[in-house]
Amino acid sequence: MAQVNTVKPAQAAAPRPAARRHLSDRRIVQLFIFPTIILLILMNIFPLIYSLFLSFNEYSVISADAPRWIGIENYADILSDAQFWHNFGVTGTYALISVALQTVVGFGLAMLLRTKFTGSGVVTTLILVPMMLSPIVVATFWKLILNPSYGIFNYVFGFLTLLVPTIIGVIVVALLWGTLPKLLGEQRANIGRIALLILIPVVAHLVWRFVLSQEGTYGDFFTRVTYRETAPEWLGEPALAMWAIIIVDVWMWSPFVMLLCLAGLSAIPEYLYEAAAIDRAGGWFQFRRITLPQVMPLLLIAVLFRTIEAFKQFDLVMGLTGGGPGDVTETVSVQLYQLAFQGQFDTGKSSALAYIVLVVIIAVSNLYIRALNRAREG
Amino acid sequence: MLKKLLLVTLLLVMVTGVSVSAQDGAITELNIWWAEWDPANYLQQIGNDYEAATGIKVNVVQTPWGSYFDRVATEWAAQGSAFDMVVGDSQWLGQAVTEGHYVDMTSFLNDNGITETVTPATLQYYGEYPADSGSYYAYPTEGDANGWAYRRDLFEDADNMAAFEAAYGRPLAVPTTWDELRDVAEFFTRPDEGLYGIGVYTQIDYDGITMGFQNPFFAYGGNWYDEDYNTLGVVNSEGAVGALEMYRDLYSFAPPGTNNAFFAEMNDVFTNGQAAMIMNYFAFFPALANPNINPYAADTGYFSMPSGPDGERYAALGGQGISINNYVDDARKQASMDFIQWFATEEVQLRWAQLGGYTCNIAVLESPEFLEVAPYNAAFAETMTFVKDFSNIPEFGQLLEVAQRYLHAYVVGGEGTAQDALDNMAAEMDGILVEAGYVTE
Repeated sequence: MAQVNTVKPAQAAAPRPAARRHLSDRRIVQLFIFPTIILLILMNIFPLIYSLFLSFNEYSVISADAPRWIGIENYADILSDAQFWHNFGVTGTYALISVALQTVVGFGLAMLLRTKFTGSGVVTTLILVPMMLSPIVVATFWKLILNPSYGIFNYVFGFLTLLVPTIIGVIVVALLWGTLPKLLGEQRANIGRIALLILIPVVAHLVWRFVLSQEGTYGDFFTRVTYRETAPEWLGEPALAMWAIIIVDVWMWSPFVMLLCLAGLSAIPEYLYEAAAIDRAGGWFQFRRITLPQVMPLLLIAVLFRTIEAFKQFDLVMGLTGGGPGDVTETVSVQLYQLAFQGQFDTGKSSALAYIVLVVIIAVSNLYIRALNRAREG
Repeated sequence: MLKKLLLVTLLLVMVTGVSVSAQDGAITELNIWWAEWDPANYLQQIGNDYEAATGIKVNVVQTPWGSYFDRVATEWAAQGSAFDMVVGDSQWLGQAVTEGHYVDMTSFLNDNGITETVTPATLQYYGEYPADSGSYYAYPTEGDANGWAYRRDLFEDADNMAAFEAAYGRPLAVPTTWDELRDVAEFFTRPDEGLYGIGVYTQIDYDGITMGFQNPFFAYGGNWYDEDYNTLGVVNSEGAVGALEMYRDLYSFAPPGTNNAFFAEMNDVFTNGQAAMIMNYFAFFPALANPNINPYAADTGYFSMPSGPDGERYAALGGQGISINNYVDDARKQASMDFIQWFATEEVQLRWAQLGGYTCNIAVLESPEFLEVAPYNAAFAETMTFVKDFSNIPEFGQLLEVAQRYLHAYVVGGEGTAQDALDNMAAEMDGILVEAGYVTE
């Protein structure tokens, strides 16, 4: 008892550092990594491998029956199904147009915001707001914006269709303004100017109307949204529904492209432009030979991310059109959702479809990465 | 050591969910799963009454509609006993029965005379599987079907009445046939005034447009398949084509923007004054009778489905029946049956109706108390005698996806003809039924 009482606290704690000495640096590293690896295996690796296994089985997650091995039957069924190819075409068309427009708009915005001006920080932040919103929230309020009865979109669009020819007319008037005295003489010039002010917008308007009413893909599209008897139903008409989704997607994700492009633009050394200016290089030459190549790696990364996302597009489509009208906007992801849930619960076939989509995304990504590497090297 | 023992015991109790009361065999609680909506709250009140009468607590566990089926199906797959009873959709019946998730209630319902207390159509569609087998797996609980709401002030306006009579040669009245309904919809379609004749279901996401189309489809003699599961010549019969053309006609008189519309959008276009008539499930009509929600509540009338060319009337079925989980022990199954037997009595069914539940009990449906308690109850009671459902075989999800796609493409997208849409639909449905073994090639 006396012996116990005589032991000092420091001595009692002595074995602890000794025990700790057994933990080598390598063991500590392993201890830190171990939980992450376990989580990765449980949350990523196992589902990935198990879903690959299920893709070769007939299986429904809500059924008590065990998976039944059927080989590549699920893959064969999907690849021989016309509906899959239709949906794949829809997804490809959507991804191509949407990503192309996002690239143009995003890059354009980045060029505009490249030069700092008063309030440019606020403007940049405001432009970034759409990509910070949840896609389903975006889809819900765009549904209201596009509503033909009370949505603001048709109003603004209709206004623009009148505004465009008027602007063209005013530009023509401005260009002719100074040359009129030479053409008509000083005394008649003012009469000519008044006539131009009245006539040219009217003529421009009529020409615009004629152009828009032409038959053909684009003529038909513009006719539908401009000179027509009823307001366009953006989400209910087969010719417009895909464009509606693209418009919303471009609005939402162009800021993302802009952000990456801005980062690329700000990294271009100023001396390159100074050297080009000394060599009397023009603006277009500088853009083509300096700006574009320097931004290209980041631009390609933006395009890669957006393409992958576009191939997986689900929430905007479900929120806006539900894949309709009919199956006009039904992307592969929407088909996958219907197959995996929505009363069907065909887990085996939906796993196979998910793997097909994965392979396509990997293939497309590979192409981009090669292009990216070339851009970096070149 | 004692602390560790206590902790382990506590964990074991939590993990296994074993309660002392369950171990000794006395049932003190019953769990019912249902979707999250008002009728589930009414059922909880009924459960509270049951607890007051018997001492057995009833918990109505609610899950949002969007994930309700997923949750129930997951429990089925695990053969779990988290619920004793489930109020399930009629469409689940085939799958639940063929996979053994529901208790066969045939003897229980027959021996206690419960089958005689509910309308035959509700017993057939909420409880019977396979069709015409006389085997029952659910008690019709929340009866529901499509009906119509209309603006009485517009119908009774003297100018409207005179104009309609001049245009159509008959008085303006609640339509009794689909042709009359079309005429009334056309008459009230006045885009310049922001008024449209009708609101119809067009939702593509799940089953909306199919449910809406079924109303004229059945009335015009169409069906999803015959008694031998043949779809060819049945889904695309002459009557079915006429019904689809009628439905598209009706959509042309609908407010713009209702291209993916279901029950919520129907009530919206009605309460904001855009539509003179709307189709909807009766379960959503209480909102229209509420002046705080619907400014036209005092002028809103209700009517049941009109008849087809041969006088046939059908209303697409909604609603659910209550079933017993096959994976709970016998004592809990018996306790669940005791609850259903009590719930099925006329007295409790009347209380259920007074709370706001839609009873399927014949005596209550015919009682003055029920008919007068809400302005839409008379139309509901009438409708419950001619309801008809979509397929409830396990492959219903695949059939539904095909129906949704072709109906929406034709009605909303305006693609092709009604005949083409139904021909293609019949062919694809036939393929599904052949593959499932219902039909031999």
